[in-house]
Amino acid sequence: MAAPGVFPVVSADNFRKKHAGRKSPSFLTVRACTCEGNRVCQKSVWIDSDKGVNAMEKFDVIVVGAGLAGLAAAWTLAGEGVEVVVLERGDYPGSKNVSGGRIYVNPVRDLFPGLWDEAPIERAIVREGATLMARNRSFTFHYTGSELRAEKPQSYSVLRSKFDRWFSERVEERGAMLLPKTLVSDVIRENGKIAGVIAGGDELRADAVIACDGALSLIPEKAGLRAPGRAHDNAVGVKEVIQLDPNLINDRFNVGDGEGGAHLFVGDVTKGLFGGGFLYTNRDSVSLGLVVSIEDIAKEEAAGDIPALFEAFKARSEIEPLLRGGKTVEYGTHVIPEGGYRSLCPLVGDGILVAGDSAGFALNLGFTVRGMEYAMASGHYAAKAVIEAKKTGCYDAAALAVYQKLLEESFVLKDFRTFQETPKVLSNPHLFGHYPELAGNLLRDLYTVPAGPKSPIFTTLRRHLTLSQLWTMLMDAKEVTKI
Amino acid sequence: MSDLKAKLGLNVFKPLPAPHIKIKAGMERDARLKAAVRACPAGLYSISETGEFVLTIDGCLECGTCRIACGTEVLEWGYPEGGAGVQFRFG
Repeated sequence: MAAPGVFPVVSADNFRKKHAGRKSPSFLTVRACTCEGNRVCQKSVWIDSDKGVNAMEKFDVIVVGAGLAGLAAAWTLAGEGVEVVVLERGDYPGSKNVSGGRIYVNPVRDLFPGLWDEAPIERAIVREGATLMARNRSFTFHYTGSELRAEKPQSYSVLRSKFDRWFSERVEERGAMLLPKTLVSDVIRENGKIAGVIAGGDELRADAVIACDGALSLIPEKAGLRAPGRAHDNAVGVKEVIQLDPNLINDRFNVGDGEGGAHLFVGDVTKGLFGGGFLYTNRDSVSLGLVVSIEDIAKEEAAGDIPALFEAFKARSEIEPLLRGGKTVEYGTHVIPEGGYRSLCPLVGDGILVAGDSAGFALNLGFTVRGMEYAMASGHYAAKAVIEAKKTGCYDAAALAVYQKLLEESFVLKDFRTFQETPKVLSNPHLFGHYPELAGNLLRDLYTVPAGPKSPIFTTLRRHLTLSQLWTMLMDAKEVTKI
Repeated sequence: MSDLKAKLGLNVFKPLPAPHIKIKAGMERDARLKAAVRACPAGLYSISETGEFVLTIDGCLECGTCRIACGTEVLEWGYPEGGAGVQFRFG
């Protein structure tokens, strides 16, 4: 028996063996070391409240946040035998995570070998759709192609609470330690270097901290890497998960079992503000969501509030029949980085790396809206950089800069560079009001059969596509050449 | 508004021991808070009859939109402690 206040040192390896087979490590509580009554002890202490066993620990790496970036980092680190603990503030990984719900697997398939075959995906996306929403009419197109039905589909709908929880179990199997219900409130700074975090009020130390704490990016802010997020660079996304009979989903979206559709909406759904709507099919539910620029909705002249915009979207005649018979089971919301390359957070500091939404890795190209695969890849490369740094034992910003290099060589920063003008081009207000109305009005006149004689088609076209209109389109098209 | 309350009622919330977001003392009339009235997806910000902004924390989805919309000069903003607040079952 150890004397009170003196804890036997248990290696993380033994610690894990001891608790192998436990489904959830939530029986653990973290307490600051009380040896000699000194709160500023160099080591943190783990107390197994079930067994009264204490173990001291300093980890190689602390990952803040069990989202896709954090879990990917832990997956890669644990695979290389690095001691890593993932701190998650929710009850379980995924319990604080919301996303539209679509992942594109191709760019990350090979980074996580063996992960995908049993992943709890919802449906393979085989049908793409987009709608220009005018006030009283709309113009929709659908796309489908044989490549979307390939043996390995490029994209799946997912529900993150399910997916992340499953991923976290795979990560634990590889040897990472996961601590849910643990909020990281601050970083520990020593000699200008990030030396650990304050979690649940207690100190926890590591050679390196990987901040994967989501779009608000509070940990990098605490570490002095960045200022608070700006309204201009962020959007708010809201989403309902609506339970629906799988056969109704198949029929309404024209897909087979296991297949799904993804549909984006732009125009009157945001009342002219930057943003748009989305509808993704899950196994036995659909995810209906709306994304709006925080800067735009904050403006005095903005029409309505977010909940009202969403309800109006849901009630549209293009949407409501698709949801009939469905039952809303959850209402979620999430901040989405929209600033692209120019508003990325500095990726490394002394003792710290930043990945996923926390770094700003979300990219909206209008046709595709992506974040999850950038999160996974950035988490993976942050882990690789730490593994590299471990060889020299130096974790300062210069040593960790290999993370930036790995991202530059990968699709992540290549995409962000290629599309660095996209946020500006896509923020053209014409896209959210003028063009949807133009398309709607033109089609109205082409489809309408009046009581009297009908105008020649060319006259109808010229009525809408005036010289000044064509000039506007040319100017906007010129901007599009930048992307 | 009642529709929104009903919708929030579908979510799983665990009790919050203390409000994790507060309007800073003396900032209750700051015009920057107007943005949160429009932007908060849970409709938790309102203006009282006396012209003060009021935040009701129950139903908070912890998205952080208000922090970005209003700024940290008017809001004291943190996540709830571990294991508290909204727990998404679908996400």
